[in-house]
Amino acid sequence: MKRYIVYRMLQGVVLLCMVATIVFFLGRLTGNPVDLMLPEDATAEDRVSMIKALGLDGPLHEQFLIFVNNALHGDLGTSIRMRQPAVEAFFDRLPNTLAIIPWALLMAMVIGIPLGVIAALNRGNMIDRAAGSVAVLGIAMPSFWLGILLIYVFSVELGWLPSGRMGGPAHYVLPVITLGAFLVAGFMRLIRSSMLEVMESEFVKLARIKGMSEAVVVWKHCLRNALIPVLTLWGVFVGNLITGAIVTETVFAWPGVGRLTYEAVIFRDFPLLQAVIILKAVLILSINLFVDILYAYVDPRIRLA
Amino acid sequence: MSIAEQGVAIAEAPSDDIVLDVRDLQTYFFLRRGIVKAVDGVSFALRRGEVLGLVGESGCGKSLTALSIMRLLPKGSARTIHGEVLLNGEDILEKTPNEMREIRGRKISMILQDPQTSLNPVFTIGEQLREAIFRRTRGRTREVMREAVAALRRVDIAAPEQRLGQFPHQMSGGMKQRVVGAISISGRPEVLIADEPTTALDVTIQLQYLKLLKRLQEETRMAILFITHDFGVVARMCDRVAVMYAGRIVECGPVDQVFDNPSHPYTQALIASVPKMTGSTERLYTIEGQPPSLMDLPVGCRFAPRCPYADQRCLAAYPPSFTVGAEHTADCWRMTAA
Repeated sequence: MKRYIVYRMLQGVVLLCMVATIVFFLGRLTGNPVDLMLPEDATAEDRVSMIKALGLDGPLHEQFLIFVNNALHGDLGTSIRMRQPAVEAFFDRLPNTLAIIPWALLMAMVIGIPLGVIAALNRGNMIDRAAGSVAVLGIAMPSFWLGILLIYVFSVELGWLPSGRMGGPAHYVLPVITLGAFLVAGFMRLIRSSMLEVMESEFVKLARIKGMSEAVVVWKHCLRNALIPVLTLWGVFVGNLITGAIVTETVFAWPGVGRLTYEAVIFRDFPLLQAVIILKAVLILSINLFVDILYAYVDPRIRLA
Repeated sequence: MSIAEQGVAIAEAPSDDIVLDVRDLQTYFFLRRGIVKAVDGVSFALRRGEVLGLVGESGCGKSLTALSIMRLLPKGSARTIHGEVLLNGEDILEKTPNEMREIRGRKISMILQDPQTSLNPVFTIGEQLREAIFRRTRGRTREVMREAVAALRRVDIAAPEQRLGQFPHQMSGGMKQRVVGAISISGRPEVLIADEPTTALDVTIQLQYLKLLKRLQEETRMAILFITHDFGVVARMCDRVAVMYAGRIVECGPVDQVFDNPSHPYTQALIASVPKMTGSTERLYTIEGQPPSLMDLPVGCRFAPRCPYADQRCLAAYPPSFTVGAEHTADCWRMTAA
């Protein structure tokens, strides 16, 4: 197990290097941040001095080497716009994102898993198709559109829920629904297919032979086995949520890392963008590693292997 | 009366106490391509404390007969459309799903073929046994666990206390099948259906398992419907044997009578094709041809196309059951001549 963890961490480091490289060069394709920062009547001299001050004057490969050198010393630069160390800006906002992600995940599971089980039990009939439609709706509706729709119905028309910004529990409802809706389908379809497979097993037959009730057969003997592949994809789902948060947080003016990412792109805040993407990658990699370790505890067959 | 006398009494006068009576059972698969008559009019009776062998080649409907009795047919296309399954005189095909659940495990139970897949991989042996025992006793955890240990000990599992905490993948195939046995009989059923319980086991432990089953059967006096394709196992395990071909029982009788005087040509061929260890066998005997398609069964005797004795009568109509000897019947027109 130890060797496996070390191996996975080394793998993570390689991946991070690639992420850092890509985000560095890709970001620079968007244009020069100076154009956005200077007023329209700024002179050419102002422009040159500003570029120099931001360290954007050298050839691209030199800039990259400086970036790598600093990064290796733990310095991911200072945000151009916020004049705050980029890492600090990220960690300031992170708790706000982490405050909605577990709820979105929980919502997706609480709806998606039973929906998947029910669909599997009713394979091929109307209920199965209805459950499938609900799930597909979650995927088909883009978050920005669903978010706006929810705001329109529940904030503007009905006035029941706040339309954005952080606050009390009511502020969480719409962002969590918007973020989680997208994953309901994922959970539902995964559970449906793995349930269908598990329900054919001989051990399910034996549970029935023992005279177990249908509820115990389905929700204990089948579901516990059907959850194994779900757990494998848990890391991927959390990754989806972290990325999905960009749109949701922007729509709901939620001050999390998603919105921070959006702002970094819009303002061509290269150091911030690089830091945010790299730190998110670290987060996703850690969650995946954690899930794989957890996996071993759920499936006893892996524990000893 | 001494124990020896009791034993003699039981052996000499098999009780007429019928615990399971299957009458004209028909289970078909309804597919888009047509109807597969997998079980087509199976009748037999099982007495209390008796072991009845159900023999036939793969695909003749043995397992499906068992699943029809348990009412655990694969979901979807398979349905029992006709017949009665009388358990202590009550037709269990008429029971509601809830009533049937009460019957399963406690009145009638089953051992499945493959021990590798019969146990749930994510629960411990102890948990899987506990569920079954708790259902019967509703006892406290400690009492249930004590019974679980006893149940494992009864199927010859060493250090049962430690085994309770283990998962199926930590055990060998033979041990798993013994655990499956322990689970299946933990509800103290009156009837146990053993569906080829030794087919997936190593040859070396097959005999061990058969001896164990025989011992458990003698201890509990439960009736066993023993499904196999192996006449050697029948000779070792069973009191009576029913031979099945293409969805029907073609011959039924006490084991020694069927072996000494096999009356249906199919039974004769099956017994002839068992390799003998004595004498100089030049070639293994095989039955020419293939069993008929269950979607397109012949009008007459189903074995007729492969039967060396078949005549016009055999092709025209399915033969009734003729009595060959005491309790010994065969579905073959040739019996009329005798």
